[in-house]
Amino acid sequence: MKDRLEQLKLRAVQEIANATTLAALQEVKIRYLGKKGPITEVSRGLSALSVEERPLVGQLINLLKEELADSIAVKEEGLKKEAIKQQLVAETIDVTLPGKPLVQANAHPLSGIIAEIEDIFVGLGFEIAEGPEVEHDFYNFEALNLPKDHPAREMQDTFYITEEVLLRTHTSPVQIRAMLEKKGEGPVKIICPGAVYRRDDDDATHSHQFTQIEGLVVDKQIAMSDLKGLLLSFAQEMFGADTKIRLRPSFFPFTEPSAEVDVTCFFCHGEGCNICKQTGWIEILGSGMVHPRVLDNAGFDSSKYTGLAFGLGVERIAMLKYGIEDIRHFYTNDLRFLEQFRMI
Amino acid sequence: MRVSYNWLAEYVDLKNIDPYQLADLLTAAGVEVDAVIATGKEIENVVVGYVRERVQHPNAERLSLCQVELAGGRVEQIICGAQNVDSGQKVAVAQVGATLPGGFIIKQAKLRGIDSCGMICSADELGLDKKFFSKEVAEGILVLDEDTQIGDDIRDVLHLNDHILDLELTPNRADCLSMIGVAYEVAAILDRELTLPENTLTEQIDTGGRVKIKLTASDGCPHYAARLLRNVRVEESPEWLRNRLIAAGIRPINNLVDVTNYVLMEYGQPLHAFDFKAVKGGVIDVRFARAGEEITTLDGQLRKLDSEMLLITDEEKAIAIAGVMGGANSEVVSDTIEVLLESAFFNSTSVGKTVRKLDLRSEASVRFEKGVDPNRIYGAVNRAAELLVKIAGAEIVGDIYEAKVREPVAKKIQLNPVKQNLVMGTNLTIEQMLDIFRRLRFTVQESGGSYIVEVPTRRGDITIEEDLAEELARIYGYDNIPITLPVSVYTRGGLTDKQKLFRRIKRNLEASGLNEVITYTLVSEATANRSNNLFTDLVPLKLLTPLSEEREYLRTQLLTNLLAVAEYNTNRQEPNIRIFEIGRVFSSEPEAGKLPVKERRVLAGLLTGDLPRYYADKTTTVDFFYTKGVIEELFNELGLSNIEYQATVVNDYHPGRTAKILYKGEQIGLFGEVHPELAEEFDLKRVYLFELDYDRLLELTTLEIEYKRLPKYPAVERDLALVVDESVSNYEAAHLIRNTARDLLESLELFDVYTGAQIGEGKKSLAYALTFRSNDKTLIDEEITALIQKIIKKLEDRLQAEIRK
Repeated sequence: MKDRLEQLKLRAVQEIANATTLAALQEVKIRYLGKKGPITEVSRGLSALSVEERPLVGQLINLLKEELADSIAVKEEGLKKEAIKQQLVAETIDVTLPGKPLVQANAHPLSGIIAEIEDIFVGLGFEIAEGPEVEHDFYNFEALNLPKDHPAREMQDTFYITEEVLLRTHTSPVQIRAMLEKKGEGPVKIICPGAVYRRDDDDATHSHQFTQIEGLVVDKQIAMSDLKGLLLSFAQEMFGADTKIRLRPSFFPFTEPSAEVDVTCFFCHGEGCNICKQTGWIEILGSGMVHPRVLDNAGFDSSKYTGLAFGLGVERIAMLKYGIEDIRHFYTNDLRFLEQFRMI
Repeated sequence: MRVSYNWLAEYVDLKNIDPYQLADLLTAAGVEVDAVIATGKEIENVVVGYVRERVQHPNAERLSLCQVELAGGRVEQIICGAQNVDSGQKVAVAQVGATLPGGFIIKQAKLRGIDSCGMICSADELGLDKKFFSKEVAEGILVLDEDTQIGDDIRDVLHLNDHILDLELTPNRADCLSMIGVAYEVAAILDRELTLPENTLTEQIDTGGRVKIKLTASDGCPHYAARLLRNVRVEESPEWLRNRLIAAGIRPINNLVDVTNYVLMEYGQPLHAFDFKAVKGGVIDVRFARAGEEITTLDGQLRKLDSEMLLITDEEKAIAIAGVMGGANSEVVSDTIEVLLESAFFNSTSVGKTVRKLDLRSEASVRFEKGVDPNRIYGAVNRAAELLVKIAGAEIVGDIYEAKVREPVAKKIQLNPVKQNLVMGTNLTIEQMLDIFRRLRFTVQESGGSYIVEVPTRRGDITIEEDLAEELARIYGYDNIPITLPVSVYTRGGLTDKQKLFRRIKRNLEASGLNEVITYTLVSEATANRSNNLFTDLVPLKLLTPLSEEREYLRTQLLTNLLAVAEYNTNRQEPNIRIFEIGRVFSSEPEAGKLPVKERRVLAGLLTGDLPRYYADKTTTVDFFYTKGVIEELFNELGLSNIEYQATVVNDYHPGRTAKILYKGEQIGLFGEVHPELAEEFDLKRVYLFELDYDRLLELTTLEIEYKRLPKYPAVERDLALVVDESVSNYEAAHLIRNTARDLLESLELFDVYTGAQIGEGKKSLAYALTFRSNDKTLIDEEITALIQKIIKKLEDRLQAEIRK
């Protein structure tokens, strides 16, 4: 009987070792350890043994069962690992194949820049003001110290709708509206983005429709030095922390003193290149201290209040910043153009 | 304004300031120098030569063989092709080895068998613009004045060793439209002495002489002065005068015209010369034109005048349009004996109006329009008279004739140093301020600690305290103003809810794969009048002053623009387009108050073509339901849950594939497939559009979140498939199920729509997954079964539905 168990063991161990799949191993397990297996059969023969032999052989049988169960478990684990390994090998893919495209698109570059500028000034305590694109002559010109017959009106050829109604030529009328709404009580701290219109033939650098952003601060102690501070802060956010600004005296009917503002060229960092015509500076906006007549026209007492204002062309900023060669691209909406501004 | 550095140096000491430094200083002070042009920079080794002898080239009919004397009596043989070359001329000779503009180097050459050692130059070859010369000079060689010295460097002779500063002046700085004005500015910037031209003539006023001057329209002309000159020898101006004018960008004509132009450039005061014999009765009357009056101006054009146009007239007729252009009837001609030289002040508004009405501009009108210094009238006319005596042999008849209604007054402005510092953000002392005004040559009077600044009449742009601040700031230097931030009470800043929504809506659509576009507001008449399905009541607005028919109206809808964008991209091999725009549309509304216009905003989108292709998947082509998905996703983000869709038939849309978008019964938009005829117009195939009333959308959106606690009890799921007539809509079936199940129905999802032989013709099968849940207990099977039975009954009764088992 002992011999038979030994033989069984040898055969079982051999078969366990030979099993190459989990299914085969399972079969071996059932064959040897199942209810109809040879070990069970041997156990049934225990009754035929002497009382002395019975426990000994019984012990041997149990031992064998345990041993086989253990080695099956070990083998099983090995086979499982092997199976996973094979599965993983079989599942290997070309990771350089393209990913599944998600449909996502992006904002128009002008919107992107507007939002960027808005956020800079919002961080400085500004609100965003909007106004109509069809304006009354009063808001667009007269209140801004541009009475009828003023020669500077020629500087902005205008699309009129009636004698008194026009497409706004700048976003400045929004300033007048915002100030009037405040009924002479400061402070006013706004920026006004929006579309404006000039009677210009379209070409690479001119567009009859374009986008402006204007800023206005009116309060009791506003100085030109504040204008410099705000614009420096803006320029450094927009064009990089090492940007410097330069103000040059200029003329606008609605500001006095007035200043053109240059920033250090963001291509050559002020060293001189083709973009800045070797000057190291790029003109980006017009600005000044709000003309006292404009304050008075908008309901603010110019003997108590002063203000600063600035305005810039969004297309110009975008064209400079990205080297865009034709202003018409902004309005023809070629997808190959638009899709380049995902990162704005 | 072109400013010659050498000419300027006669008025201001420019020692140690090169032209480029000067340009930077001027620009920093607000007188922008657009460019510095170095004249004659590339010319080398070109000298004055004397043509001793000219004979025809023996082998070439059109060439001349010249013996040209150069420095030290050296004679060179030079072959010249110009027709105007002749013996006895002084000419510009590029010697062998000379360089000319464009890097051209002169070499010894053999022309038709004969040696030529150098070249006789034309103006063009010396880099001088042809426009400054008469046709014959421009086409031939440049003939120099007889008294030019043989061997002199041509750059000295022609003033080509100069630098021209091209000023780009702002409209307020009319004072810098003259050399004297620029000299004042430069003297202030550099804080140096100013030497103005000295007149030998003084302004004696002739009281009873030959010219009588009347100012009928003294508003338009408060001061008119003139000098009478006899025996003016009209001829070519001397070299120096011609060179000055060329440097200033003015073409020399003859000495009389050149002198008036020279004085114009020097003093900024326009002058005009009349042939005195054409001035009937010796009378000059400045008055406004009469109804129907006409004049033929110097350019030969007949001008119709009106009562706002200021004229110079004699006893019976107009002889000039004041400050704009002279009349042909009084033009100085070859037999003119006496010349009346006008120097007057004309009102800028009046000149401006005339200029605009006649669309006629001149060097004179530009200056009058911007404002001239009323105190230079005498100086200018005397300077011109003096020059004409000197160079044209003129004799002066009498003293100055004039009429004047008032003396020019210098503007006086109170200077408040505290306010000045406040505006600039500086801490200038009163001494610093006074020093700046000294440099500007503004007089300041002090009395009892208060200061009055007297602004010279040449600076008509300075009228208020803030103008003084600009003067102080720009001479002090904008760069020296400190950098601060506004000190003010707290302002919160930030975006309004609607502004935040604007960004959110855009971001949502972008995340759905739609690119934002921006298109033009101005459109053609046809586009403006295209039927409008969103705002049916819009009245298109037309421009009074359009530039082209293509852009004549304000847009009333965005769809045509979006279709045009799609066409544009399709034509550039990009037929897969998904775009949107949030833009304004305009309507005429005469009753709307001050602005007879209503602006509304529209959110519109367009989708056509395929989604990005993926090699492993079937390509998706956008369609009605893809478009609807984009819209639904937007409404989901905005929390608008009560949206309903209703089939509709409208112009320009596919009659079977278009839906109104309703919010609680109110239409807020529509979408659908574009009518194939319209798509064809834009060379497009299947295109889907949506239009939403953007302003209304903002009003309806609250973004309020209603939090619900997570469910405690399990859900029960059941599927329900029903067969109905094809005319029954999903909406009807779903609506009926929802209304019957009420609160216990947590969600309903359509998971299959089927038509086919299995269920019979004219029928369709709709299959829904229903999820039931109660908030306060676990639902038991019997309850659900009863509820389902109730739903089935309703479906059978109302929609004649059959339930598929």
